[in-house]
Amino acid sequence: MPLLEIKKAKLKLDNKDILKGLSLSVSSGEVHAIMGPNGSGKSTLSYMLAGRDGYELESGEVFLQGQALSDMEADERARSGLFLAFQYPVELPGVGGMSFLREAVNSRRKFLGEGELDHLAFVKEARKVASKMFVKDDMLKRAVNVGFSGGEKKRFEILQMAMLKPKVSILDETDSGLDVDALKIVSDGVNAQRNDENAIVVITHYQRLLDYIVPDFVHILSDGRIIKSGGPELALEVEKNGYAGLINAA
Amino acid sequence: MVATQETIDKVKEVSSTYKYGFVTDLEAEKAPLGLSEDIVKFISHKKKEPKWLLEWRLKAYKKWLSMEAPNWAMVDFPEINFQDIYYYSAPKTKPKLNSLDEVDPELLRTYEKLGIPIKEQQVLAGVAVDYVFDSVSVATTFREKLAKEGIIFCPISEAVQSHPDLVKKYIGSVIPISDNYYAALNSAVFTDGSFVYIPKGVKCPMELSTYFRINEQNSGQFERTLIIAEDNTYVSYLEGCTAPQRDENQLHAAVVELVAMNNAEIKYSTVQNWYPGDKDGRGGIYNFVTKRGNCLGKKSKISWTQVETGSAITWKYPSCVLKGDDSVGEFYSVAVANNAQQADTGTKMIHIGKNTKSTIISKGISAGKAQNTYRGQVQIQKNAKGSRNFTQCDSLLIGDKCGAHTVPYINQFTPHARVEHEATTSKISEDQLFYCLQRGLDTEQATSLIVNGFCKEVMKELPMEFAVEAQKLIGISLEGSVG
Repeated sequence: MPLLEIKKAKLKLDNKDILKGLSLSVSSGEVHAIMGPNGSGKSTLSYMLAGRDGYELESGEVFLQGQALSDMEADERARSGLFLAFQYPVELPGVGGMSFLREAVNSRRKFLGEGELDHLAFVKEARKVASKMFVKDDMLKRAVNVGFSGGEKKRFEILQMAMLKPKVSILDETDSGLDVDALKIVSDGVNAQRNDENAIVVITHYQRLLDYIVPDFVHILSDGRIIKSGGPELALEVEKNGYAGLINAA
Repeated sequence: MVATQETIDKVKEVSSTYKYGFVTDLEAEKAPLGLSEDIVKFISHKKKEPKWLLEWRLKAYKKWLSMEAPNWAMVDFPEINFQDIYYYSAPKTKPKLNSLDEVDPELLRTYEKLGIPIKEQQVLAGVAVDYVFDSVSVATTFREKLAKEGIIFCPISEAVQSHPDLVKKYIGSVIPISDNYYAALNSAVFTDGSFVYIPKGVKCPMELSTYFRINEQNSGQFERTLIIAEDNTYVSYLEGCTAPQRDENQLHAAVVELVAMNNAEIKYSTVQNWYPGDKDGRGGIYNFVTKRGNCLGKKSKISWTQVETGSAITWKYPSCVLKGDDSVGEFYSVAVANNAQQADTGTKMIHIGKNTKSTIISKGISAGKAQNTYRGQVQIQKNAKGSRNFTQCDSLLIGDKCGAHTVPYINQFTPHARVEHEATTSKISEDQLFYCLQRGLDTEQATSLIVNGFCKEVMKELPMEFAVEAQKLIGISLEGSVG
């Protein structure tokens, strides 16, 4: 059974067709990259998967570990192991990073029947993971994403991913706004979490990120559909010839 | 230990006033219905008061008769019939229940959300249990400790008997009987409240909360509190509780007076969670309170911190009169109004002395159909050279049927002073909610987290043991307001 299965997903926004029958199957241990030009429906896809209000499917279905997502609210999906690393992480003024993380992790643990972590155990775990991500303790004390640089925001997203141990992670344009050094740190953080039990879907415009997070499969998204799938070499083709050639050929 | 003290504090307040589910054979010795000169005399007589206090009450009563109820606040309620209120009832014996099954399930649900253990829930709800410890002996221990320092902490009715000179000197010295309609009424008919006296040079070794008033009696709806801090002292006082309180008295008109001498500091913290009424506001408490502190001495400091989540109507402006040079006034407030609640609250900072400083941080949260008004006055008088005020007034709206209003009055009579006022209004954004949901928090958790983040600057001013519960309380007060 695939970890994530999208079957003929159709979705309208403001009466405009955005996803037009998108299908994708992701199994455990796999990393998939979804590449596409602006306006191809990349962000819509990630919001749809995460269950944002207003992004409900018109037809088709998505299954997470065999369970239909249409029956689940955004928070249930998250607790069940679906994680979205935001392209633009949201600021939460006054909400300390550590307490935010703890609430999130304990919600997930409760769902898994693992029992909530007490304060000390949690802080210890968070610091351990943070140091691997080059996230300073100081950042965990600050309000979530408030005054963070672009790089810090993305590192904090991946730190949350590492703490929540999701089954399926969707990285939405995680490379945007990162310089090369930051890109490397974030990618190392993601790679460290790759294992046989989970799967990662990388959504990106540029091939650059895929030099660091090497995918098993690459899909080209255009006009609400996947028009071509292949191995990592497909990304290089995009880099070389642009999307236009591929789209015209399809 | 601290948590337990706090719990017991709640027990006292909840169980003595909570009306649901109790067998009502309370042998309350009530004064006849209504208000008259005779009723004022009755109260004074019952309390065996000295003549001067009776005369003071009568003067207040006459003044009250000549006054009119204020109508400038942004609150709307039917006219109060003051002849339809009982102004005195004898202290009640606490009713006992046999088990938690007899307690209103709604109350139990709230206890659970506040994280109060079963055993303490029983105590809180007035169920007959073996106390975890002998509460009287604990209170006695603390009282002895306070007495050793020379601190007086007792019901004000007791202080009238034991320390008449102090009471006579200071009662009404901060809030004169003619100050306002409800203060005049309170002066005429107040039944009880706290009295605190901190002698020179003493730093009060513990937070004072109402629980430690030995022989505590039902303070009733017209509570009167007087705190005097002599030179070089410090005291922190806590009132109220997070567990929901109900009361058969709809009108509450308390008066709190604080006096700080040279280099004295008084920190006064309130968590108010009176019954707000049902979704349409029916049956909720009217909380019309006058609170004021006089910074009489040089370098004195008075700090008000309040978390207001309850009551159908709140009308309350804890203020500081900064008379002493270099004195400091602070006001930190969180006011939550949900459903049909109406809150008109804020502060007054009156700068009289030189180089006086005041800080106002007000966080108003409105949800449902609620109206939440910040009303604040900053007055810099002619001689208050070098004085400064900073005001920050933030409103958070949840939903699109509520209202937030900011009404600042700034009067500056000297150019040699600085007044700053900042105000913001924001909404919980869909982006913020979605971000939290995506991390597995449910809507209520997310709202509570975002709102508590919004209030953080105020919450950190609360004493630790209050802060944690106050945080949960804010979340509970807003339940069902989002999504």
